[in-house]
Amino acid sequence: MTTSPASGTRADDADDADEADDCTVAVAARATDLTKVYGQGETRVVALDGVSITFRKGEFTAIMGPSGSGKSTLMHCMAGLDAVTAGSARLGDTELSVLKDKQLTRLRRDKVGFVFQAFNLLPTLTAAENITLPMDIAGRKPDRLWLEKVIETVGLAGRLSHRPAQLSGGQQQRVAVARALATRPEIIFADEPTGNLDSQSSAEILGFLRNSVREMGQTVVMVTHDPVAASYADRVVFLADGRIVDELESPTAEAVLERIRRFSTGSSHG
Amino acid sequence: MSRTALRNVLAHKARLLMTAVSVMLGVAFVSGTLVFSDTLGTAFKNQSAKSYAHVAVAISSNASGSNVGGGIRPKARGLAAGKGFTQQTLDKISKLPGVASAVGRVSGFAGAADSKGKLIGNGWSNTGANFAPGPDGKDPRYTFVAGSGPAQTGDVALDKDTAAKGGFHVGDPVEVATNGPVKTYTVTGIFTTDDGAVTAGGSLVLFDTASAQQMYLSPGHFQEITAAGAKGASQQQILEEVKQLLPKDGTADTQTGKQLADAQAKQIEDSFSVMSTMLMVFAAIALFVGIFLIANTFTMLVAQRTKELALLRALGASRRQITCSVLTEAFIVGATASAAGLALGVAIASGLHTAMSGFGAKVPAGPLIIASTTVVAACAVGVLITMLAAWLPARRAARIPPVAAMTSAELPASAKSLLLRNTIGVILTGGSAGLVVAGAANGDSSGRWPVGIGAFLLLIGLIVLTPLLSRPVLAVVRPPLARAFGVCGNLAARNAHRNPRRTAATASALAIGLTLITGLSVLGVSIGRSLDKATVGNLSADYMVRMAGGMPLDPSVANEISKVGGVTAATALELAYIDIGGKISAVTAADPRGLAETVQVSMVTESRSPQKALAEGKVLVENKTAKSRGWKTGDVVRVSYPDGTKAEVTIGGTFADNLVLSPVVMSDSLLAPHMGKPEVPQVLVKTAGGASAKMAQAIADGLGNNPALSVMDRQKIRNTFGGLINNMLTLMYGLLGMSLIIAALGVVNTLAMSVFERRREIGMLRAIGLERGRVKRMIRLEAVVISLFGAVSGVALGLFIAWATGRTISADLQGYVMVLPWDRIAIFLGLSALVGILAAVWPTRRAARLDVLDAIKIS
Repeated sequence: MTTSPASGTRADDADDADEADDCTVAVAARATDLTKVYGQGETRVVALDGVSITFRKGEFTAIMGPSGSGKSTLMHCMAGLDAVTAGSARLGDTELSVLKDKQLTRLRRDKVGFVFQAFNLLPTLTAAENITLPMDIAGRKPDRLWLEKVIETVGLAGRLSHRPAQLSGGQQQRVAVARALATRPEIIFADEPTGNLDSQSSAEILGFLRNSVREMGQTVVMVTHDPVAASYADRVVFLADGRIVDELESPTAEAVLERIRRFSTGSSHG
Repeated sequence: MSRTALRNVLAHKARLLMTAVSVMLGVAFVSGTLVFSDTLGTAFKNQSAKSYAHVAVAISSNASGSNVGGGIRPKARGLAAGKGFTQQTLDKISKLPGVASAVGRVSGFAGAADSKGKLIGNGWSNTGANFAPGPDGKDPRYTFVAGSGPAQTGDVALDKDTAAKGGFHVGDPVEVATNGPVKTYTVTGIFTTDDGAVTAGGSLVLFDTASAQQMYLSPGHFQEITAAGAKGASQQQILEEVKQLLPKDGTADTQTGKQLADAQAKQIEDSFSVMSTMLMVFAAIALFVGIFLIANTFTMLVAQRTKELALLRALGASRRQITCSVLTEAFIVGATASAAGLALGVAIASGLHTAMSGFGAKVPAGPLIIASTTVVAACAVGVLITMLAAWLPARRAARIPPVAAMTSAELPASAKSLLLRNTIGVILTGGSAGLVVAGAANGDSSGRWPVGIGAFLLLIGLIVLTPLLSRPVLAVVRPPLARAFGVCGNLAARNAHRNPRRTAATASALAIGLTLITGLSVLGVSIGRSLDKATVGNLSADYMVRMAGGMPLDPSVANEISKVGGVTAATALELAYIDIGGKISAVTAADPRGLAETVQVSMVTESRSPQKALAEGKVLVENKTAKSRGWKTGDVVRVSYPDGTKAEVTIGGTFADNLVLSPVVMSDSLLAPHMGKPEVPQVLVKTAGGASAKMAQAIADGLGNNPALSVMDRQKIRNTFGGLINNMLTLMYGLLGMSLIIAALGVVNTLAMSVFERRREIGMLRAIGLERGRVKRMIRLEAVVISLFGAVSGVALGLFIAWATGRTISADLQGYVMVLPWDRIAIFLGLSALVGILAAVWPTRRAARLDVLDAIKIS
């Protein structure tokens, strides 16, 4: 449970969140009895089976679990990318399950940032244009000072006019992180952000994400299956078969690995 | 490998559908044209043979005043005209040993009026002829379904269709218009016939022989004699016998029935062959445009299957096998589409057949002729075009390295440099543009070939160069688009030049059509304007009176009109074909004073009034003709009149091009002694008060409200002369619309492929907050940008070619000035944008429906 030392920089955001669960810390997103079912009849798959979880503001949460555990589904539902079958998914004080596509799109644009495994940059745009794309979509002028700070933080100052094809994988993902940070979203969802990167680039990207939480007070939720990546988080949530099976605060890579090992043996017994 | 090819075709049905449709349309065009012309040709040939079945030999005279609507006598005009055949000649021929019977014919214009006083038929095909009963009282040419043939003055018989259209029965009165005043006749019979004039959709009015001779030639004379052979006598034999009886002065022309049937069939076929050729040209254009679409599709398919093809290579397939596999796919698509196209073509042909009958053209019934050559040609064209277009993509597929199977699917869209292509394009475009300019610089018809060839090469050069051009153009377009449509506009413009080759091929398909449409429009409108100047511009008359269908007027018409109150001049413009200086020339003969009042003859080489020169018995020559014949004012030339008289005339001056007049103009009094009955195609009328509805009615009344006569004011004259060009343009637009449809299919395909390739990007954009509506707008804008890019380059090229072509025709068409029909050009550009929007409908829907989660998942 780390409270951001730099929370003052985003005080205006924190003020709205009065529905504090833990009395002291505001909630960025919350799932309550979240259920997601795919298909029907024989092909019916329960991806999420009554998941309840709270993502606190200014916290870096990692979601782990084996393939098919529902970790990506949880993230997609919380990010307003996928509709929920039952239960509630709230982002700030907005209930996502009742929103229409258009409202969800607006919500993602204004309140959510994304970092994908495959970078997902537009090859026709320069790095700078990719970073400001969400603002362009929203038709807003970017906050110059903030933008410069973000660009400086991710170390892209010399590469702003480059196209994605002229950048390395690590650099491309830095652009993606900058894009996510640029709008100062309420929450950033990162889906295996280091899955396509070498270890050095991975460390850099994870460092940026952690620093954004520590220094800028950003809220980050990251899906990963890499214990080392998870160790950058403030807390790790373990999913299996659509349920939350464990949680670990201030994890280390070893501790995470240890937990995973325990599940696999545990589940093999069960 | 062939199984792989078949599987691939089946797996990419939707994507190949557009390709198949474009091939199918082209093949349908080709096969439809072939089937249609074969069917008609055969039917007409059969019919011609039938309609001349009872004619062993026909002897025709070049007597004047013998405009026959149908194709009875395809005679060459311009030979010295005789007075026709006398009854004695007819009697002599009928007594020949090989001849069973001989009939004298005389024919001309005649049309029945319906109850509202309107002419039944269009004028061109209204024929009148004599009913010539044999000793048995029957005329073998006509079969009566009611009543009998006309026996005396005042009687007529009508063909069945005309009688049905006018609701006439035997005994009814009927108003019949001929070149002279309208008269009321009594219907004595209704008949059917194989006469070409009727079977081609015209009307036929039969008169008794004496009346017809009186009307069309002169009493006791025939224009034509047809002899039926006695048993055992060959047509050739009779022909020889007949020839002995005829004068050798070249006024009579003899032909056997078979020759006539063949000639008629050929004439009809020729008139259709112009249409067939034109349809074939448009089919070729459609197929040419289709090549771009096909090549694009296969390029995309190969790019999309890079991994798969690389895997085949890794598993040991040779390059040749890969190429063959892609070409086999092309073959399957081409063959399937050709088969469908052939079926569609046959359907179109039979539809056209029905439609033509529906429009009143009597097309002889006959089976649909699907010649084996048609099937072979249609399929060969379809398959070859498809395989040719797929050849380059197939080669490219073979160059995919096996290692591509293991590496990421993210291959750069177009890694290959455009340097070679651009170099070729620059050289080709520059060279051909130079050729066009050089051809145009001459300013006369000698530049036609260089301009024509240059224009074609320029089109190719531009197509080669389009990828290079797309960059600056799209760079210019982007800022305003981004300003107008924000991020969608910006992304649309960038996406449009992401794959320059593909954009270029898509835009080129549209550019070809628009080049032709723009070029033809500019030329059509410009020529129309200059024709307008040459007709109405030279006319001081208020009205032009003409016979429907360009038949000659009765010489009395001018006289009748001059009696109408308010008419200050009614000038008959007589037309004659006279041998002048050893060459037949069309001559206008008119009263010099009347001509001066109704036509502005602007003299080029002679300042004296044209009226005076004509009154002195001199002739005036059109400047262009004088130049080509080497005549100068004051020259004396030899003239040989239709009646055989030889004389000399002085050239009194030359005048500027004038479409109202023939190249040679002389006084009517100079010509009169040498003509039997003057041929008057038109009478010009000048009135005191100018044109008005009342005046027009007064003139019509003065002419007995003859339904076959049209009193045209200046606007109507304008429409008559310019109308043909407008009709042609409309037809061209219709046919070129086809190439636009194929180009639109190309846009659909390109966009569908772009959406497929960029589904992850679109998914990301949706994830970070781009609404469905704006995703759609982005793709729609891309389509519009590509379409307009093609359209603008097409229009620009079309204007350039029209300018150059205009230069080459300006010498022959005085007063030709290039007119830019901006309104039409704006419509073309608007339509092209619309093509883009419509073509985007399906791809945008797919893009908007894209599941965000599926799209952003890593492939």
